[in-house]
Amino acid sequence: MQDVKTEKKEFTPNIVAFCCNWCSYAGADLAGSSRLSYPANVKIIRVPCSCRVNPMFVLKAFQQGADGVILCGCHPGDCHYVTGNYYTRRRMALLYSFLNYMGIEKARTRLEWVSAAEGQRFSAVMNDFVKTVTELGENKRLTDLRVKEGE
Amino acid sequence: MTKEERIENLNRLSGTDVRKCMKCGKCSGRCPAFKDMDIKPHQFVSMLCQGKIDELLECKAIWNCLSCMACVERCPRGVAPAAVVEAVRDTVVRMQGKNGIKAEEIPPIVDELIPQQLLVSAYRKYNK
Amino acid sequence: MQRIGVFICWCGSNIAATVDVVKVAETIKNEPGVVFAANYQYMCSENGQQLIKQAIKEHNLTGIVVGACSPRMHEATFRKAAEEAGMNPYMVEIANIREHCSWIHKDMEETTEKAVVLVRTAIAKVKLNAPLMAGESPVIKRALVIGGGIAGIQAALDIADAGFEVDIVEKNATIGGRMAQLDKTFPTLDCSACILTPKMVDCAQHEKIDILSYSEVEEVKGFVGNFNVKIRRKARYVDESKCTGCKICMEKCPAKKGANEFNMGLDNRPAIHIPFAQAIPNVAVIDPEQCIKLKTGKCGICQKFCGVGAIDYEQKDTFVERQYGAIVVATGFKPIALDNFNEYGYADNKDVITSLELERLMNAAGPTGGVLLRPSDKQHPKVITFIQCVGSRDSSGCGKPYCSKICCMYTAKHAMLIREKYPDTEVHVFYIDVRTPGKNYDEFHRRAVEQYGVDYIKGMVGKVYNENGKLMVQGSNLIDNEQITIESDLVVLATAIEPEPSVRKIATLLTASIDTNNFLTESHAKLRPVESPTAGVYLAGVCQGPKDIPETVSQASACAAKVIGLLVKDKLKTNPCVAQPDENMCNGCGQCANVCPYGAITYVDKEFRLGGGKTEIRRVATVNPAVCQGCGACTVTCPSGAMDLKGFSSKQIMSEVEAICKM
Repeated sequence: MQDVKTEKKEFTPNIVAFCCNWCSYAGADLAGSSRLSYPANVKIIRVPCSCRVNPMFVLKAFQQGADGVILCGCHPGDCHYVTGNYYTRRRMALLYSFLNYMGIEKARTRLEWVSAAEGQRFSAVMNDFVKTVTELGENKRLTDLRVKEGE
Repeated sequence: MTKEERIENLNRLSGTDVRKCMKCGKCSGRCPAFKDMDIKPHQFVSMLCQGKIDELLECKAIWNCLSCMACVERCPRGVAPAAVVEAVRDTVVRMQGKNGIKAEEIPPIVDELIPQQLLVSAYRKYNK
Repeated sequence: MQRIGVFICWCGSNIAATVDVVKVAETIKNEPGVVFAANYQYMCSENGQQLIKQAIKEHNLTGIVVGACSPRMHEATFRKAAEEAGMNPYMVEIANIREHCSWIHKDMEETTEKAVVLVRTAIAKVKLNAPLMAGESPVIKRALVIGGGIAGIQAALDIADAGFEVDIVEKNATIGGRMAQLDKTFPTLDCSACILTPKMVDCAQHEKIDILSYSEVEEVKGFVGNFNVKIRRKARYVDESKCTGCKICMEKCPAKKGANEFNMGLDNRPAIHIPFAQAIPNVAVIDPEQCIKLKTGKCGICQKFCGVGAIDYEQKDTFVERQYGAIVVATGFKPIALDNFNEYGYADNKDVITSLELERLMNAAGPTGGVLLRPSDKQHPKVITFIQCVGSRDSSGCGKPYCSKICCMYTAKHAMLIREKYPDTEVHVFYIDVRTPGKNYDEFHRRAVEQYGVDYIKGMVGKVYNENGKLMVQGSNLIDNEQITIESDLVVLATAIEPEPSVRKIATLLTASIDTNNFLTESHAKLRPVESPTAGVYLAGVCQGPKDIPETVSQASACAAKVIGLLVKDKLKTNPCVAQPDENMCNGCGQCANVCPYGAITYVDKEFRLGGGKTEIRRVATVNPAVCQGCGACTVTCPSGAMDLKGFSSKQIMSEVEAICKM
């Protein structure tokens, strides 16, 4: 606890990003090929559709010590699987407010629509999200202590 | 009240989204009081949309509108031109300091000061 | 124990410039399960692939991770290489260390560290990969076209010309659809029947096309390449194989007061009738609502006069079942009902007509023999007023929120034809906007104004009323800021069009998506405009969105190209990354089928052993791998966790999450 100040200075959050294969993952690729930088602590997991993301995955990420989780899908109406992102929208609205209730700040969770053409937007969203989570500091609420002990 | 606030207020009072108008003119095509109005029903919508409210606040047409609501009934876009007319009328009446009439005060003043349209509009509005 | 090989690509300097590839490979070498790690300048090159293949064989690898560019770029390449080395292609995972790492971060230490994490994540996933086999399903080389209008006719002809069998199912007694009712067609003004009827005849004579008229699709089972369709053949009370189309029955039938649907009810037809002279098939049909024999049992005149004995009052609906590889939906449109628009006085005045009715009044085969006479007193109308956008672009709830697209052009056509044939007629058109994009379309509209002197008035009509036998059309002229009243003899309403209402039932049968306006949804608005999201179902004509004849024909041919592309295949390879339920966990609740956009999930009663010689029958979900597209919506919906997605299993994603967080 005495190292709070130095810790805060050096703190880089660990961010898990779920991206749907057809829009957001391609948007991330475009951000890459356009050399639009965002912090290296964002790590992307590819899923076929944002609706593949089980709330369990988000909980798992927080349990394993992630400081923020962002879920990206196609814009509403553009889902490759027609209706997938509508389910995502509803599920995440519930999950995020549930997490908020449990003390995980709402700003640590985010749902964004990024199309395959929006490399700029992908990078901007990630920069903003990392900034927000950095300001919030480390996530301690759900973290499984055994994970930290193992370090 | 600044002009911007006045415009916002008119939009709010009318309760209609003037940007939905596609300028077809069906309201003016149907209006039975068209010939007596210096500003026509479709112009109310487009002028509010453009923020030209000074002309609206000075026009005579607000006293000619019959509040028959034919324009509201027929509008293919769900815009209510008569509601805009009514909003302008309300605003003018309020600007004259005639706002906030108590129910018991109405009978003595109803004939001279309150335009009949306002009452008719009120009945139509609150009976729906 | 898995034996994993890791291959780190330099991508020239694209990766190597910001990621210490050697260090990554060295670090990864010590990961549990990794038995081989290498780095190479270009993994996707022939030599790079050779390196992978060799390592797979030499080190007896069970799975590989390639740290390279995006999987969207070269996943297929590396999968193919692995397959050539005897490894299941789905045992390959890509760590995206270019687009998601080397290209966006600059600090060497940071990127190297991230690259290690990304590769570790891929290793964590590949350890849980299972070999997957792309399934195969046979393709039945026959197509079904639902709807026999110009869209269906064109699609059927194109598919049949490529050598495949096609069935057209048409609910009316003849094919031809709406186009058969039209008089002239814009922008060239050629006669509709003259260009349509030869195509109808082609359909009838084509050895590969079978026309099932007066029939409806009743049931659809199966999936792409393998649809099983039950078709109801409605009783027409006339033997199709015997009737010669001589029409003696029509002459002799005493019940002559049926509203003639083909002429939009503007004249009458007998109970037994052939819809129009060029009908295909040219076979009579009896209207059971009107036929005296069928209603009372007494009459039978047509049977007496029929020279070939084709009349059969005992005929019943029959069903045929056929198999198809692909289905084209071309169900077309109808003008909307005008019940919500009493301001135009359509119901009260005979001389207020719709454009389609005018089409019949101007047609040489129509009720007036092509002479324009108004319905009330059969007089030549001298002043005709057209009203556009009747029910179109109406978001108030009375009409349709969309633009019907064809009205601007056909109104210009009508106005022009009337001015051409009857130059003494005054023609006014009330419009909101004139929308005429298209080749030679705006020129056509301008011709109506400039050459034929049609009076276009910017404004809308507020009401139409009858005053001393004259139709008074009161509307606004917005350009002059006037309210005008035009004394007219005939008022023509450019009525909005809507999809034929039966399309909703068909969409349900096909599990094809449909929007709030009853238009079928295409797979991608721009890039897959003729395919339904449901595999094997294609869309042609107005059932997908308002369009004119040239566009409909283009779309129908595009549909045919897609159908042919499907039918030439003997077998369909299916994506193996599909949902799979664990039958022991499934409780048959039905949630997954509700969220499936493809209708891939069905339920079966299955017998399970309980031990001790006992069995029980439970309802469990089954996924049809040929239909499932692998979105995973069902996996999350499943309350018991029975549903999983191959290639993206919950365990795999969980271990990826774990690998990312453990740093």
